[in-house]
Amino acid sequence: MKNTTISDAFGKRRADIQAIWTKQLTSAAGSAKGRLSSTELEQQARQFLELFHPAVQSNQLDDINGSEWLEVRAFLEDLSRRRVLAGFSSDETALFIFSLKRVLFDILKDESAGDAMQMADHFWQMNVLLDKLGLHTVKSYQRTREEVINRQQHELLELSTPVVKLWDGILALPMIGTLDSARTQVVMESLLQKIVETESQIAIIDITGVPTVDTLVAQHLIKTVTALRLMGADCIISGVRPQIAQTIVHLGVDLHGVTTKANLADALALALKRSGIAFTKK
Amino acid sequence: MDRIPILRMGEFLLVTIQVDMHDELAMRLQDDLTNAIQTKGAKGVLIDISAMEMVDSFIGRMIADISGMAQILDAKTVLVGMQPAVAITLVELGLTLPGVATALNVDRGMQLLRRSMDDGDDDASFQR
Repeated sequence: MKNTTISDAFGKRRADIQAIWTKQLTSAAGSAKGRLSSTELEQQARQFLELFHPAVQSNQLDDINGSEWLEVRAFLEDLSRRRVLAGFSSDETALFIFSLKRVLFDILKDESAGDAMQMADHFWQMNVLLDKLGLHTVKSYQRTREEVINRQQHELLELSTPVVKLWDGILALPMIGTLDSARTQVVMESLLQKIVETESQIAIIDITGVPTVDTLVAQHLIKTVTALRLMGADCIISGVRPQIAQTIVHLGVDLHGVTTKANLADALALALKRSGIAFTKK
Repeated sequence: MDRIPILRMGEFLLVTIQVDMHDELAMRLQDDLTNAIQTKGAKGVLIDISAMEMVDSFIGRMIADISGMAQILDAKTVLVGMQPAVAITLVELGLTLPGVATALNVDRGMQLLRRSMDDGDDDASFQR
């Protein structure tokens, strides 16, 4: 019975709601200038109300997971996705729903005509409903954000493993950033593939840009070196910093059988020597 | 009954594994190869596995075994042409094949064998 009244009030004053809400949204969007025009905001408000109205009329105000709210939920998900991509913050995105609270409360206050008990009931119902919708918006915002982060991470992974040719038969792999299992796997695969493609006999892995080496990272490096040896190529690890050398010894990691050099120049010199290439100064 | 052909190239033997290995085939290969080393007086064996795309612990062990047998018969084994995926699998299986020499392709493997022949019988110099 009470729900019908909310729905009635909503139906009766819909034009007012839309006008006031749009005005509020536009004034609150001062900080968002340039990212979203007022016409866009108005359009979004209108679209939302178009979907919100039938959903309210369905009298299912307690549960927004039902089929009545499907379209509203889809709209909010789409809205948060677009806002993530446009660079909005989470509170700016959530404000879209929460700013509707004030408008609806004012309207309900007008419509309840002094019946305090009914007004309180309506306020509570509307409050719960809008909170749920707001949380849903934030949740979708977060999910989209995570998708973006995952994608970037993936792109970073592919970008961060360039295999460069230093000389005929000598490849170098400058590693930058923290090494984890997933990255080492990609690094190992791309290096081995490149070895096959270029028929290179020596690979230099430069770890100057690796901030820390722990047992796991050392393990990964040893695995890569062993795989390279199995394929018939030699591996030199260069760019071992003093702290890293200390850590490796303190951790008791066995690097026997792995050639290590302090810097890339030394490693290249060794690689050239092994390939039988010598330089003379003019 | 299929068997893996063993080709003679000068004083070396070339074995190209192109089919899926199974127990019986592997045993037969060990048999044939040791006999061939003996009768032909081969000084080196090249095992080309560039066509092999899958490997398991059994094959890994078989390769190590063959290498060991050849060693006793005074022939050096070089494993050539291992695919990246195979190398990764072997490492993950913990089969690092210590003592087995490797080369990128048959050509390089041949060079390696020749060099070790030139250097004499010093096994240490064989491991580049």
